[in-house]
Amino acid sequence: MSNIKYILGHFEDPDDLMHGIGKLQEGNVTIYDVFTPMPIHGIEDKLGIKRSRLGGAAFCFGLTGTFTAVLMIWYMLVYDWPMNIGGKPHFAFPDFVPIIFELTVLFCSFGMVGTYFFVNHLAPGRAPRVMDLRATNDRFVVAIDARENPYHDKIDNILKEAGAVEIKHNERKYVSYE
Amino acid sequence: MSSHHESILREPLVTGENITYARVTEDILVPVENKPNKAWWIGFIVSAIGAGLWIFAVSWTFWFGIGEWGLNKTVGWAWDITGFVWWVGIGHAGTLISAVLLLFRQNWRNSINRSAEAMTIFAVICAATYIISHMGRPWMFYWALPLPNQFGSLWVNFNSPLVWDVFAISTYFSVSLVFWYTGLLPDIATIRDRATGLRRRIYSILSFGWNGSVKTWQRFELVSLILAGVSTPLVLSVHTIVSMDFATSLVPGWHTTIFPPYFVAGAIFSGFAMVQTLLLVTRKVMNFENYITIFHIESMNKIIILTGSIVGVAYLTELFIAWYSGAEYEQYAFLNRVSGPYWWAYWTMMTCNVFTPQIFWIKKIRTSVAWSWILSIVVNIGMWFERFVIIVTSLHRDYLPSSWVMFYPSWVDVCVFIGSIGVFFTLFLLFLRVLPAIAMAEVKLLLKSSSDQAKQKLIREGKVDAGEAACYQESLEKFDSISPRVAEYEKV
Repeated sequence: MSNIKYILGHFEDPDDLMHGIGKLQEGNVTIYDVFTPMPIHGIEDKLGIKRSRLGGAAFCFGLTGTFTAVLMIWYMLVYDWPMNIGGKPHFAFPDFVPIIFELTVLFCSFGMVGTYFFVNHLAPGRAPRVMDLRATNDRFVVAIDARENPYHDKIDNILKEAGAVEIKHNERKYVSYE
Repeated sequence: MSSHHESILREPLVTGENITYARVTEDILVPVENKPNKAWWIGFIVSAIGAGLWIFAVSWTFWFGIGEWGLNKTVGWAWDITGFVWWVGIGHAGTLISAVLLLFRQNWRNSINRSAEAMTIFAVICAATYIISHMGRPWMFYWALPLPNQFGSLWVNFNSPLVWDVFAISTYFSVSLVFWYTGLLPDIATIRDRATGLRRRIYSILSFGWNGSVKTWQRFELVSLILAGVSTPLVLSVHTIVSMDFATSLVPGWHTTIFPPYFVAGAIFSGFAMVQTLLLVTRKVMNFENYITIFHIESMNKIIILTGSIVGVAYLTELFIAWYSGAEYEQYAFLNRVSGPYWWAYWTMMTCNVFTPQIFWIKKIRTSVAWSWILSIVVNIGMWFERFVIIVTSLHRDYLPSSWVMFYPSWVDVCVFIGSIGVFFTLFLLFLRVLPAIAMAEVKLLLKSSSDQAKQKLIREGKVDAGEAACYQESLEKFDSISPRVAEYEKV
């Protein structure tokens, strides 16, 4: 067995890429991942990636913000130090709407973006797990795990026929940054 | 997307021939990957001197106190809050472009959202510095936060709009920053993968390890959409709350229910004017004519006419309601605005905000780069005067005629204001040098559906109706980046 770990098919055009993915799937080749310089709409369905649940997370974070704000204001102005302001109710709800809203938005955004960074392993200083340097510029790259998929010549042919402009057989998974 | 179909009748969002994905990257990264040109250095030196002036004037204020400003017993708010509201308002266009236009699927936002968002962040920084420095004892700024303390704890008063403002501005700033930075990640990764040595290391840290895999992009798009969804009401709430700083008081001229919508419209108006001021110069100096086209400029000018007209209607409504209310103090406040000692400020505001933007109804003018730039400056001036008129004319003649005074700014007031403009431009120019001023990934999305070359290809291949194609070619006349080809088409 060779030392090749990943086969990368480079496409110049997103439509060719989608065509290539279709062809690979017809040939029963499993696709490890696809790296692109821009979002490709419809690729999730093709690769069978489920809808992200970040929306639900965002909603929960927002709700947490709402309750935090209500609880905080209630504690401070009603429970801990109630003040008589012209005999008006201590819990003057309409006055608190702006801050409740702001904290909802704040918690929702930070919670959601934090979750996004966490699940995608995005963090300042994290070594980039990049398979090909041009994937962030002008190439649409399909990565195929070479160990899981034998018959590399067949894969090369499928990629070539689908319009791949370059095919790489890599012995290392990621481009080294050191 | 690539398979996305767009009507041929729509004007192109990217012009130029032989634009490939690689070319987009190269064109946009020219200012980032090369030494800055002379124009940048001149702009930067002038702005940095301004920023230096700001540091000096603000330090002076901190050292000697706000008694150094032109404020007096009657006029307790003047240039400081004028500057604050002006800067916050300017910030609004960035969020509007990045969030509201995303929700409305306006693809022309893609090439201007990055720099407009950067502008938002820098404008809010300028606004926040006013807030801190007008506190008198700025080292006690944290008293505005609900922190446990040794006075009881004596909490902040959540019934006060000034406390709402603290929450609104800080939420707005931090959410805008997160939105902007998340959008920057793929583009920083592009710079990283093209750079070498130390630059690669720095951009590698900044890129958070972005790799552009399917799931990263899928979640990225969802995150952008939800952030846009929450930023839209957020941006409306921010200027609403700023207006409530005034509207919930009992000062004639401030105590009106029209303030929130009127302030929000004014904010969008002034914000778009500032986006024009910056982008018209940026596109010229950085050679971005193919990405920020006349269509973008015209679209922004249309928003300027719309919001300018809303502001105009609000001014007239204010006058009408003041008269109709029958409240003599309210009536006097407006009579004093229009014809009192500050009449010149009122009429400068009226001219710059309501009358002059109306000439954008003429197509020649709203598609002219020079006119757009001049009028954007006029609007900026007008909107500064709007805040000045609202704040100072309502205060300077209060209920007690013996305390009626005029407001005269001191040199410190003037230096803080000019200095804040310097800070803003310094930050913006630095941004242009180190980060891509146009969202590359988003422009790449438009290349196959909305670019002129894609549309011309469809026409050449005869895939579109001939009448519609002719209509499209005619619409290209206004573009300064593709005029020669129109002539060629007419020959055929």
